[in-house]
Amino acid sequence: MTTAMTPTTSRELRYREAINEAIRQEMERDETVIIMGEEIAGGAGREHLGIVDAWGGPFRTTVGLIQQFGNQRVLDTPLSEAAFVGTAIGAASTGMRAVAELMFVDFVGVCMDQLLNNAAKMRYMFGGQVKVPFTMLTRIGAGFGSAAQHSESFYSIFSHIPGLKGVVPSDPYTAKGLLIAAIRDDDPVVYFEHKGLYGDLGPVPEEPYAIPLGKARTVRSGTDITLVGISRMTWVCTEAAEELAKNGVNAEVVDLLSVSPIDYDLIIDSVRRTHRLVVVDEDTPVCSLASDICARVAEEAFDYLDAPPSRVTAPHTPVPYSRPLENIYVPNAARVVGTVERLVGR
Amino acid sequence: MELDRDMLLYLYKTMTTIRHFEERGIPETGQRGMSGSVHSSAGQEAVPTGICAHLTNDDYIGSTHRGHGHCIAKGVDPKLMMAELFGRATGPNKGKGGSMHIADMSKGMLGTNGVVAASVPLAVGAGLTSKLQNLGRVAVAFFGDGGANQGILHECMNLASVWKLPVIFCCENNGYAESTPVEYALSTARVADRAAGYDMPGIHIDGMDVFDVFEAAGEAVRRARAGEGPSLLECRTYRYYGHTVFDNPLSYRTQEEQDYWRGRDPLKLFRERVADGGLVSIEELDRLDDEARELMEDAISFADESPLPEPLEIYDDVYVDYPVDMMRRGINLEV
Repeated sequence: MTTAMTPTTSRELRYREAINEAIRQEMERDETVIIMGEEIAGGAGREHLGIVDAWGGPFRTTVGLIQQFGNQRVLDTPLSEAAFVGTAIGAASTGMRAVAELMFVDFVGVCMDQLLNNAAKMRYMFGGQVKVPFTMLTRIGAGFGSAAQHSESFYSIFSHIPGLKGVVPSDPYTAKGLLIAAIRDDDPVVYFEHKGLYGDLGPVPEEPYAIPLGKARTVRSGTDITLVGISRMTWVCTEAAEELAKNGVNAEVVDLLSVSPIDYDLIIDSVRRTHRLVVVDEDTPVCSLASDICARVAEEAFDYLDAPPSRVTAPHTPVPYSRPLENIYVPNAARVVGTVERLVGR
Repeated sequence: MELDRDMLLYLYKTMTTIRHFEERGIPETGQRGMSGSVHSSAGQEAVPTGICAHLTNDDYIGSTHRGHGHCIAKGVDPKLMMAELFGRATGPNKGKGGSMHIADMSKGMLGTNGVVAASVPLAVGAGLTSKLQNLGRVAVAFFGDGGANQGILHECMNLASVWKLPVIFCCENNGYAESTPVEYALSTARVADRAAGYDMPGIHIDGMDVFDVFEAAGEAVRRARAGEGPSLLECRTYRYYGHTVFDNPLSYRTQEEQDYWRGRDPLKLFRERVADGGLVSIEELDRLDDEARELMEDAISFADESPLPEPLEIYDDVYVDYPVDMMRRGINLEV
């Protein structure tokens, strides 16, 4: 079942609860679904002391799963990302629907080979003989004083790799619908949770639903410029749009939702109407998703443009620690407003 | 160890098929301009043969860049393999993989693999599937002495031991990681010594003696199927040729050493061992050699007569489901 891009329910959940509900419902639906990772339950192997689910996941997205599904389907792993990510890929190739959690996307270096050379390429190299229904959950986002090795947002690395898909849910509704879609998908999907969104409340239908991969959504209609937001940056865009409206600039805001496939059609359709584009991306700028979207729009909608396709991104630096440094690292509404005002000539 | 006549013939047939595939198929592949990434396992035949004799199509193996022998021992059709080496659409991978990625899921063959030790976690994952679904299957992770020094292997041995998975870690120690001798690169005297760090049996085997391999593998497979957890087998063997067809092995090893190992040829050792047993005759073994020789000629003809892939098949099988337009958009390959 696929569903609309916006909810029609009054029940509210937090982003982290929506993630938890998606995993729980998929594990109830399909007994081949397993999940593994570091601290996803916590205190592993101490059932005899009455200890179960000591942590419930580093951000409590997996809390309660081990009580319901047991320690053979909810697998706490040693600190061995390469082994458990690779093992999940192997299990997915041989009959399981495997979910693995990489605690922070910054840690991908230690298991990248398994993603790059096995998950992404096996189906192709094997001439279509195998499906790899593997989902990797991971976390992105700066702004929490976690410094350079726990704060990156580099989804663009994964967009770059043929054979992988990727999604960037921006609210509780999309968190649940995209995770259900990712788990049900027969290709490897990387699911990026934004740390700054875990506490956000929003309407989430109780029944399972899947939001189609590869589709963006328009969260605000406008006529003067298209702002494309990625993950939490969508809400930076809407904040900027409210500010711009005070000055008579009517911005359209697109929430990308998928980083592979990328919904270029929705973006280009919007730019053909607004004639201007700014992509707001928390990732660094060089060879980035923001750059790619600008290039695609320049190639395919050049004649519609009244201003150069532009980017508001993090700088080409690692994520810094100290507050004033980190504050200027993450794109904010003021930078978006400033960029837009330059492009519309006000 | 008593083996019946059928098993003896099976072991020899598998080894001679591998030998003939390497000796004929690799030069023929080279003549077709595709020799760059083909690695001969000639000399190492006893290892996959002795291990896979205990496996069925439901069991899994993960293989290496030097994996033709693993494929044949696991039941992959040499004719289809030859077609894959020649880049033909009739190969098991439809010409998308070549020597370093031959896979046949119908035979439990999870692929030869171009990254050293990268297939190890795939076998561990297959072992996890078997355990979680109570399938009674085992998975063998093949790697070399070079792979013995990869971090992924060590993480996987620990994980498989912690989770008591039905996995056999099989090191084919042929003495060289490309040109680097194992005694230079390995901190322990033997790869098998490392099993102690993961609380699993570590067995050092004469990898030129198929009977030695068969016996040790039998116990490791029994252990795995019984739920007793993984084992590490180190099979000391030798590759007769260079790392690829391009290097001259005499630039890093001696003629005397090569002669020594050639003198311990696994097919020759097999013949000496069975000659007095009375179960199979030398004439029968000669006939198996002839059949393997003929099979390779058939395989070469089959591959040569097979169609090449259509160029635009480049887009097929990247994903199960993905907008093809996304892969082609703005990229006109047809001009």
